[in-house]
Order: sequence, then structure tokens, then C-alpha cells
Amino acid sequence: MPRYGMVIDQKRCIGCMACVVACKRENDVPEEHYRTRVVEMVEGTFPKLRMELRPELCNHCENAPCVYNCPTGASYKSKDGIVLVDNKKCVGCKACMAACPYDARFVDPRNGAAHKCTLCEHLIKDGKEPACVTTCISKARIFGDFNDPQSPVSRILAERHVRTLIPEAGTKPAVYYIGLELLT
Amino acid sequence: MSLTRRDFLKYSAVTAAGASGMPVFQSAMAMGKKREKVVSYVPTFCEICFWNCGAIAKVEDGKVVKLDGNAASPTSRGKLCARGNAGMGSLYDPDRLKHPMLNTGKRGEPKWKKVSWDEALGFIAGKMNKIKETYGPEAVAMISHGTGDSFWRYLFKAYGSPNTAAPSFAQCRGPRDIGYLLTFGDGPGSPEQIDMAKSKFIVLIGSHLGENAHNSQVQDFVEGIAKGAKLAVVDPRFSTAAGKATWWLPIKPGTDMALLLAWINIIVNEELYDKEYINKYAIGLKELKKEIKFYTPEWAAKETEISANTIVETAKEMARYKPSVVIHPGRHTTWYGDDTQRARAMAILTALLGSWGREGGYFFPTKASGFPKYPGLPEMSEPQKSKLSGDWPYALNATTTAVRIATITGKPYPVKGWIAYGCNIMKAIPNQKETIEAIKNLDLMVAVDILPFEYTQWADVVLPECTYLERYDDLKVGRGKTLSVTIRQPVVQPMYESKPSWWITRELGVKMGLEAYFPWTDIEDYLKKRLEPKGVRLEDLKVKGTISYPETSAPFITAHNKPEFDTPSGKIELYSKQLKEKGFDPVPKYKKHDAPTEGQFRLLYGRSPVHTFSRTVNNQWLLELYKENELWLNANRAKAMGLKNGEYVVLINQDGVKSNKIKLKVTERIREDCVYMVHGFGHNSKDTKKAFGKGVDDQSLITRYAIDPLMGGTGMRVNFVKILRGA
Repeated sequence: MPRYGMVIDQKRCIGCMACVVACKRENDVPEEHYRTRVVEMVEGTFPKLRMELRPELCNHCENAPCVYNCPTGASYKSKDGIVLVDNKKCVGCKACMAACPYDARFVDPRNGAAHKCTLCEHLIKDGKEPACVTTCISKARIFGDFNDPQSPVSRILAERHVRTLIPEAGTKPAVYYIGLELLT
Repeated sequence: MSLTRRDFLKYSAVTAAGASGMPVFQSAMAMGKKREKVVSYVPTFCEICFWNCGAIAKVEDGKVVKLDGNAASPTSRGKLCARGNAGMGSLYDPDRLKHPMLNTGKRGEPKWKKVSWDEALGFIAGKMNKIKETYGPEAVAMISHGTGDSFWRYLFKAYGSPNTAAPSFAQCRGPRDIGYLLTFGDGPGSPEQIDMAKSKFIVLIGSHLGENAHNSQVQDFVEGIAKGAKLAVVDPRFSTAAGKATWWLPIKPGTDMALLLAWINIIVNEELYDKEYINKYAIGLKELKKEIKFYTPEWAAKETEISANTIVETAKEMARYKPSVVIHPGRHTTWYGDDTQRARAMAILTALLGSWGREGGYFFPTKASGFPKYPGLPEMSEPQKSKLSGDWPYALNATTTAVRIATITGKPYPVKGWIAYGCNIMKAIPNQKETIEAIKNLDLMVAVDILPFEYTQWADVVLPECTYLERYDDLKVGRGKTLSVTIRQPVVQPMYESKPSWWITRELGVKMGLEAYFPWTDIEDYLKKRLEPKGVRLEDLKVKGTISYPETSAPFITAHNKPEFDTPSGKIELYSKQLKEKGFDPVPKYKKHDAPTEGQFRLLYGRSPVHTFSRTVNNQWLLELYKENELWLNANRAKAMGLKNGEYVVLINQDGVKSNKIKLKVTERIREDCVYMVHGFGHNSKDTKKAFGKGVDDQSLITRYAIDPLMGGTGMRVNFVKILRGA
């Protein structure tokens, strides 16, 4: 079974927001809502400053609190490790949103159901990459299967220092970061 | 009562079946079943900015649902920026210009009357022919931006006017193009011919790559940095690029020349330059050495407020990595009025590092030709050089600056007609009062665009062009490392009554009796004839989008690829005799620029990665990402003034011009002597409903400009503002 996920190299991210728009257009995300974002963090005082640009999305956690906390079983994990929502079962109670430490979900005002990143599973099925990865100008987003030792993401995990967001939550994310230093 | 989707389908099926007499059950099944969508993928190239990235449009049941980069395109390489991804936001913008319109009110206070294309073009043709009879063809000028302008330029040639001007010269790239031309005999190109993916040292001077999302260039920049290139960013603001830098040099605005001259001084005096390269290819080292001896790092430190140590360290480091160094030429370089000379200094530094024609530095564009003009065109009636180049010897052609002056003063001759194409001249050219004064003197003002931006409100006639996703344009012939050709073709059929420029110009030409200049039957015939000599079939190009010719590449100096310098001496001119002869400094000199007085800030402006100038602010997919521009203000200054982040303020400039209200971004990321905002906001055309009234128009505060005496550029970073509370 594959375990799909992403490695994000913050040192490459240039904050162009191509990923954000590509995601919205690929997945018909409602106005004023986002499945992914780029967070800009600055530390220090003039002129000694540091900046990180951090693309964020659903971490498709192995221990996914959104799934455990869903009362209707609408939030579930696919066999490929992708966290998804079954709209038909979702009652819009927002328990998943409260449980998610990554602020990765919202309620779609059009149907009242929880809405989130699907890793573009419809594209993965066709052998393509998620829209945010395909369009990423700086190649900061790297997609792959962590269960395949030859995949680019597995090789990065073997060779480079990576971290996850909020590891203390014990969620075991499938999104890893290179250059993650400013943990705000 | 609430209806579920299933209920609704049943209900509508019953109604439909009732009308047609079909059995209800079958009909409900048919309507409940999901019909397969008709999907196609059509290559074209983007026009949301001038980078013109090759794109592939996914069209579902006749609607563009997704845009992706075309991997075959040298400018996109399979990727699009945020703006390119949002291209359909222009196509489906409900505020689009939908049909030709005549202004029956006043300029600036229009009353629009919907007219046919025949009437609109008849009106323009009549006026243009009358102006030609009374004043001569040169009395009609064009101000343009965008790919579609090639057909308009052609129409102007046929009509006989040499006066086609573009803000991309006098308000943008002109100074650096001329500065490099004077030094190397060639400009730095657009896209810039820089090999940043292989650079070992990159210098950005005011260029905020990333915030300025020039697709393939940003790709190369990031690749270079990721591979370990050192980066020096010279910017009063801690830009995104500065966030990646080895050295951020928060320079005092207006003193960039001092830093450049000090770098040159160190590299020359300490003999860190590429000696073999300079001996072989350059002239004027001795004169250069003499001219720059005053510009020591200690002197420059006082001017720039960058420490002498940092100046020396960065100079030595860039010399260490020569020749794989890119001193980025910049793009919008009309800053202080001595901008061509600053570009000269950058070009001289580039030459000293031996970077022109070297891997990791500047590459030579391909010399290959192909795709000649449509065959058998009649001789053009265009007279020689435009006189609307002011007294500026390197203006090369008409400039927007001189067009406006001639329209106001009638000198050197009257200008009575303007065609503004794809270019919001209110936002692009400084001092809006002068632009309005000029427009008031016109007998004819035409605006051609896709949206009713400010300048269309000043037109007599407005022509609705198709968006790039609905039209053919001329071929995009790329001259980067390799020759390439890219097609723009309609992805969907034109909406409303909009028309492509190739059609508009031909119809207008025919109406003015110029049909001999438009021998093609339609655009496909035109494109086919241009592709023929190279053996390219239009049908193939329509499928591939781009065809490249890698064998035409010869980017770097080798034993078999000797450089050519199209300068009077045939060499790189560190010292410029031609400048000396024309009364200019043969080697750049430092001149002090006015500084803000107590309580004032220098007004700086730049780009957001999600907007192109003012033209994307009405695009819903981009507007939602950046809704209004903010005023960046240094945190210390804000504290001293009692101003808070997020508060709204008003700006007043040195000439007493007040802005609309603007939101404060209080930040450590900018010096204390300047403020910054993203260009292109503060739309005041009510017809661009989403953009209207959002943020502040930087250009409304740019009432002062400093003319570059070499080429007529308008330096725009010479305005000072005070912050007024209580907005």
C-alpha cells in the first residue's frame, strides 16, 4: 500500500502563491477559503531579520485526530493514507476542525460539509501529482510515496534533516519540512 | 420545504416529461445519470503578464476550468505562477468590456452608447484620416503594452506614423536596456539573459524576485540558491528575496550608485577583475580607474549607510566567484533620473567580473533567425525616426514622455490622436494631471482593452478586445538560449462582441483605405505563411504549443564562439567615448539625490506576486489573495508617531496631493526613511467593480519625476509623503 505525502523545502519557497491558486482552481474551492496556504514568518528587529515561508496543508496524519473525533464516520483515511471527508455522512458539526492541530479544514458554505485537502487524489489516480506540486515554481513541494524507498520523498527523508509541524501532538504527519526553524 | 438534489431532479424531469410526453421514469433516469463531460486540452501562452508563459488550458464543456504550464515552453517549463493559474478570472470577469462604445458625454465623465463594430471603426477611421490630412500621420500616437500590440504597431506603420510608444521603455526597462547597450552593444534582454541556475553569486539591486514572479527566472533564481549560490540583496526593504540572502544590504534609498562605484573601485584597485577577459574584450580600464578613484568603501559607507566592511566583503566575495556571477540588471529601473548611468555601472561591474557570455553569468541569446515577416508586404509609408524622442539621444524611438509633451505643447509638432492599447496610462505614467491635460487636447482618444480601467473613461471610443484565451495573436518567437516559437490560439470562442487585435486592426486599416497592407485572408493564413520558411505546420504548433530549436544554442564564449560587441569600438566600453562626445559622463559619476525632510518618507513601490500592475486587481481569484495594498512603515517610526498596525492613514505628498486611506503594515522589514506599497491599487473606475476604491494608487502620489537626460525615462522614486492620522 502506498503512503502518499509531501516534503516541503522552505528554503526554496519564494511565496509566489501559485500553489494556492492552482489548488483552488483544480478543486473548485469556495471563495475566501483555502485548502493550502503560505505562511510568512519574520523574526528579529531591523536590520537583523530572519524569514521563513511555510506552505501549509492537511498533514494527512497517521494518527489523525480529525478522523478519531468525527462522530459520524464522515472523516476517514483512504487505503493510501489520505485523509478524506465523505460529504454524505458529514453533518457539519466541526468536531474535526476543533481536533485538527493544523487548522487544515473549513466548512464549505455551499453544502455545509467539512472541506479539506485531498492531496488531489483524483490526479494521483491518473499518475499525476497534486496541483500545488505540479505548479510549484520553486520546486519547494515534493510529492511521493513514503512506502516506496525509491520515491523522491523517501530519498529526502533518508538524506536530509526534516521536521514535522507540532510533533508533540503525536499525529505523525505525512508532510515533512526542510528548513523548519521558526516554530511559531 | 427543502428539496434535495434527487427530489429536484425528479421534479424537473416530471415537468419536462409532461411537456414532451415522454415516460416519466425513463426521463428521470436519464437526467439523474451523470453525463460524461467533453474535455479538451489546448496549448496557448499567457498574457496575465509579459513573461508570456506557455500554458495548457483544460476546457470542460466549452468552459476553461484549469490552466497549467506547458512543459515545452521555455518561460513556463510546465509551471504557472499564481496569476497564470488565475487566468480564467479575466476571461469570466463580469465587468468585461462587452461591445464597442462611443462616449457621448465628456472625457473623464463618459456617457456610453453601445455601437456596432462597423460604426466604432468607421468613426475612428474618419477621425484618423482627417488628422492625417490636417497635421500629417505623425499626429496620431499609440501607447501600448502586450502581445496584441504587434498588429497595432503594424497598422501605425501602414498609416505612416512612427509614434508608437510604450511605458515599458520610459517608465520601466529603458534605462537598463540603454546602459547595457552602451557598454556591451546589446541589452540584457527580456526575459533577461541570465544564467542564475548556475550562478555562484547573485546580486539583486532593488529587484524583488519572488514578489515579482517572472516564472522561469524565479525558477532559475531558486535553483541557483538551492545549489549554494551566495546572494546579496540591496534593498531598503527586507524583501522575500532578502529573506534568502547571505547579505541583506538595507541601503539608503537613492544611493545605489555609490555602492556600485565603490564595488568597482575595490575590484579595479585590488586587481580582482578578470584580467584576461578585460584585456581581450574591453577598452577604457585606465580611464575607469582614474574616474573611480574617489569612490572608496569608506566614502560609500557614509552615503549608503552600509558599513565599509560589508562593502569590501561583498566585493571580494563576488570577485572570488567570477565569472559565474549575476549582477541582476533589474527591470523597473526608472528611479532617480540618472538611471541609465546606474545601469552602466552595473554593466561595468558585470564586465569586470567577466560575466557577460559566461556560464553562471549572462548568456548570449541565440543568433538563429526564422519566422520572417509575412511575405510580399508593400513598402511602408512610415517616415524615418520619430521626432517624439525629446532631446534624449538614446530614446531610440517615441517615448510616452515626449508623446505627452507634444500633445500638450504642440512641439515639435502637434499630436491630435491617441490609441491606448492594453495599457492603463493613468496608472503607468507619472503625473496624472499632465496626462489628463494632454488628453484634453486630443481630437481622438481610443482605448482598446478587456476591462473598463481608468483610462477607458477618458476615451471617445472604447474597443473590447478578446482576452488571450479567446484569440489568436502573432507568433511568439523566443530568443533565449535557444530559438523557439509559441502559438497563441483561441481556447474558447470569444465572449460578447469582443474581437482580437489582428481583426480590429485589419478592419480599421481597410476602412482607412490601407487594404494593400493587409493581404492575408485571415489569421491562420498569416501564421501559416510566417511558419512556412522554417517548415513548421500550423496544425503541429497548435498541438504542441511550443517548438524549440536546441541546436541554435551558443550561450557562452568558447574557442569557437567568439563574442561580438556592437559598440563603436567593437569592444566592451568601460569608458564610453560616445557618451563623452554627446556631453555625458563617459564613466558613471555619483550624484546626490534629494532626501526626505523631517516627517517625510520617500515613497517606494513594487510588486505583489499575485498581481500584474493594475490589471489583475479586478480578477476575483487574485483579489481575494491580496485585496488592498498596505503601507509598510518601520516599527520604530510607527511607535514614535503612535501609529498601530492595521490602522488606516492618509498620505500627502510634497505637492500637497492627498491619497485615499491606506492600511498600515507596521514592520521591522523596512528602513526608517521610506515607506513602501504595492503598485496598481486604488482604482477609481466604478466599472471595475471589484477593484474600485481598494487601496491607494501610488501613481496618484507620483506627481514629481526626474527625467533621464540620456533616454527620457521618468525617475519615479523622487516623491516624498507625510502620514496623516485619523483616516
